[in-house]
Amino acid sequence: MVDNGKELSYRLVPSTCVYCGTGCGVLLEVMDGRVTGTLPQKDHPVSWGALCVKGWAVHEFVHSERRLTAPLVRSGGELKETDWDTALAAVAEGLSRVAKEHGPDAVGFFASARCTNEENYLLQKLARAVVGTNNVDHCARL
Amino acid sequence: MSDLKDLVREKLKDGVDAFLCLKDEEGTLLPALITDADSPELELVEAGGARYPMGKILIDLLREYPGKRFAVLVRGCDERALVELSKLEQVDLDRLVMVGLACTAEEARACGCTRPYPSEIALGEKAEAAPGRETIEEVEALSEAERLRWWKEQFSRCIKCYGCRNVCPMCFCKDCALENPHLVEPGVIPPEFPSFHVIRALDMTGRCVDCGLCEEACPADIPLRSLYRKMQEIMEEKLGYRAGESPDEKSPLSFLGSEQDIEKLEREQ
Repeated sequence: MVDNGKELSYRLVPSTCVYCGTGCGVLLEVMDGRVTGTLPQKDHPVSWGALCVKGWAVHEFVHSERRLTAPLVRSGGELKETDWDTALAAVAEGLSRVAKEHGPDAVGFFASARCTNEENYLLQKLARAVVGTNNVDHCARL
Repeated sequence: MSDLKDLVREKLKDGVDAFLCLKDEEGTLLPALITDADSPELELVEAGGARYPMGKILIDLLREYPGKRFAVLVRGCDERALVELSKLEQVDLDRLVMVGLACTAEEARACGCTRPYPSEIALGEKAEAAPGRETIEEVEALSEAERLRWWKEQFSRCIKCYGCRNVCPMCFCKDCALENPHLVEPGVIPPEFPSFHVIRALDMTGRCVDCGLCEEACPADIPLRSLYRKMQEIMEEKLGYRAGESPDEKSPLSFLGSEQDIEKLEREQ
């Protein structure tokens, strides 16, 4: 028997689609260490084996060359890669300055269906309790 | 009757490199590739409960691992898909051992395919059921104008998820006509009627094995299977061919023929 030497490596990993808040069940195909495809999870209590066009393509961004893997901060009109501490400091500085100069309602917070419930809770808490605004919205309305 | 666990172990010891079947992973039933006859995973293998496009998975596995031999647990529909895929040169049956599973009488009744069992049965007992023709009969009772309206109403629910194509074991083209902007206008939901669904239905002619995975994957409950089933019936009636049934006979649609050849074939029917 001819053997190409490559070890067999194929498995399906149950996961939840990250594209919106519905929470459809996906099985990510992992072959040879790379995420290569998506199948709908047939016995998932939310989606019962159906997906939308985004769910079917949910594996595509994982190894995409266009995927951001580090934060970018604009400086001198140009986006530059940086570390998280620098990026978060830039966000805090910008938000504090605008809130101080124009009042807290000059700031708005956009939550995301791609975050967990708890993360979204914390975001609105930051908006209301720390910054002092009720300007909270979410990406599903954009 | 033998147990699936024993069959998987036996095939792995007989020299296949991996066995593709379903396993229960913490309550989730999913396809799994078992490579070790002594693996604790053997305790988790399952025969039934959900159906996945095994043919589609095997196209990728056989291509990615050209030196390996595989075994797979097949129902009647999986076997038909693999046989037809072999004729279309997408899978190499010489590197594939099919282990047959007959659908239960209940499954066969609910599914309504004409052959709910593979050619050789290793697990389960052969059950026959009447072919599911209710929707076809309902539509055939209508006038042509009403039929068109009926299908238009069904397809108006399409959210263009491409799930019917994505899950289909017989859809393997790299360039799909359904993504060609000259044929299907991008960003339009529901897609243009009837072109989108006619493109797919025509591509299924002589190829659809009536596994019904498309209909199971449809979020809009469009009775796709009845459309393709009707195509299958026409194919059998006119050209005497059923996809996946006979390993040595290629689909008449895979030959280029003259009009005279086609007329001759029709006369012979």
